[in-house]
Amino acid sequence: MAEGLSIHLHQDGPIALAVDFEVTAGETLALVGPSGAGKTTVLKAIAGLYQPAKGCIVCDGKVWLDRDLGTHVPAQARRVGLVFQSYALFPHKTALGNIAEAMLEYPRAEREARATALLERVHLEGLGARFPAELSGGQQQRVALARALARDPHVLLLDEPFSAVDQPTRRALHALLAEIRASSAMPIIFVSHDIEDAAHSADRICFLQNGVSVEQGATRAILDDPGSALARWLNG
Amino acid sequence: MDWQALHLSLLLGLLTIAILLPVAIVVGRWLATTHLRGRAVIEAVLTLPLVLPPTVIGFYLLVGMGPDSPIGRAWTALFGGALVFSFEGILVASVLVNLPFAIQPAQRAFESIGQDLRDAAATCGHSLWRTIWRIELPLAWPGIVTGVVLAFAHTLGEFGVVLMVGGSIPGETRTLALSIYDRVQAFDNPAAARMAAVLMAISLVAVTASFVLSRRTNRHG
Repeated sequence: MAEGLSIHLHQDGPIALAVDFEVTAGETLALVGPSGAGKTTVLKAIAGLYQPAKGCIVCDGKVWLDRDLGTHVPAQARRVGLVFQSYALFPHKTALGNIAEAMLEYPRAEREARATALLERVHLEGLGARFPAELSGGQQQRVALARALARDPHVLLLDEPFSAVDQPTRRALHALLAEIRASSAMPIIFVSHDIEDAAHSADRICFLQNGVSVEQGATRAILDDPGSALARWLNG
Repeated sequence: MDWQALHLSLLLGLLTIAILLPVAIVVGRWLATTHLRGRAVIEAVLTLPLVLPPTVIGFYLLVGMGPDSPIGRAWTALFGGALVFSFEGILVASVLVNLPFAIQPAQRAFESIGQDLRDAAATCGHSLWRTIWRIELPLAWPGIVTGVVLAFAHTLGEFGVVLMVGGSIPGETRTLALSIYDRVQAFDNPAAARMAAVLMAISLVAVTASFVLSRRTNRHG
């Protein structure tokens, strides 16, 4: 596929993986599954932070990983925006400093202007001088999202963005994701173990179980099919 | 007051930490991030100076750096003179004895950074060196400074190893700690008391400064 992301990850251990899916430009995919299904590992493999034994990752026609050919584009060169579950903000940098950290290739003045604009985009105007410890959990997540967007990523990855946040923060994050989806064609993949979040913000769902992509398809089609593997998992 | 011994002690302390600072950063970070199987053995060896009696370490260093040892012979061939009973000899001994004081706090500091921050730096486009310079060192700095200051204070007070390796040669290897012992042996308690007070004051100032610095650097952590 010329536009979008194509993922094929396979290995027997130490974390068994048999994952195949594609995300087209402008599409949002939810990786859903129980704890330990390998969802975070898949995100890390896309970001270049984990190398499976076999696999192929192609983004916008560029090969990021092909174990057969020995190709492995390092994380630094992939232009992936990743929002960590822990947010992983640099505690010694301000909110603006955290965002600017992802744009060191720009001149300082431009970096600061772009970081300020990104902070406004995630609705945190005026909080740029605060350190992560001085921000709420929801605000920290927004800074992490702004930092992930700072490198003009080809793909945006979010690891469990809706867990460990209260309802208002959750609603605000759904709205923010909708804004990002409306303004950019980059594929978005988020990990969730909550089907409601997937139903709210994903065009498609990929259901992962024991490291295997068991089922995938349009969100509504999968959720409305009582015979789907996902439905069987949800109903215990 | 034995000013010569005070000067020697301070010089020994400063040179020791000047050597240990890069060693603590490199070895501490490596131990914090390596998955090497023999890591526990390396950590145990580096901890030995904390648990062994100074006379035991001093004995091994005396034999290991003596004129008949390969190290001693190489030293004599390169620089002339003997390594033991010289300032350079007690400097080597001081660096080795202080390895755990400097490395362990640095290692704990690097360990506390966590893989997520390193991964986040990589997705920000940072190379390993840039990650170390911009993210890891500023965060680990309080631990590194604490270790180095501990090593400095410990060097000022080191007695057994310095005596074994260096003897107590005035102007060459007689540090303030050895001079205090000499004064006590000579029943000159007032002089010993003055030097002991100076040693304690320097150590107290150094350790307090490291705590203040750590707190200031760490306030956003």
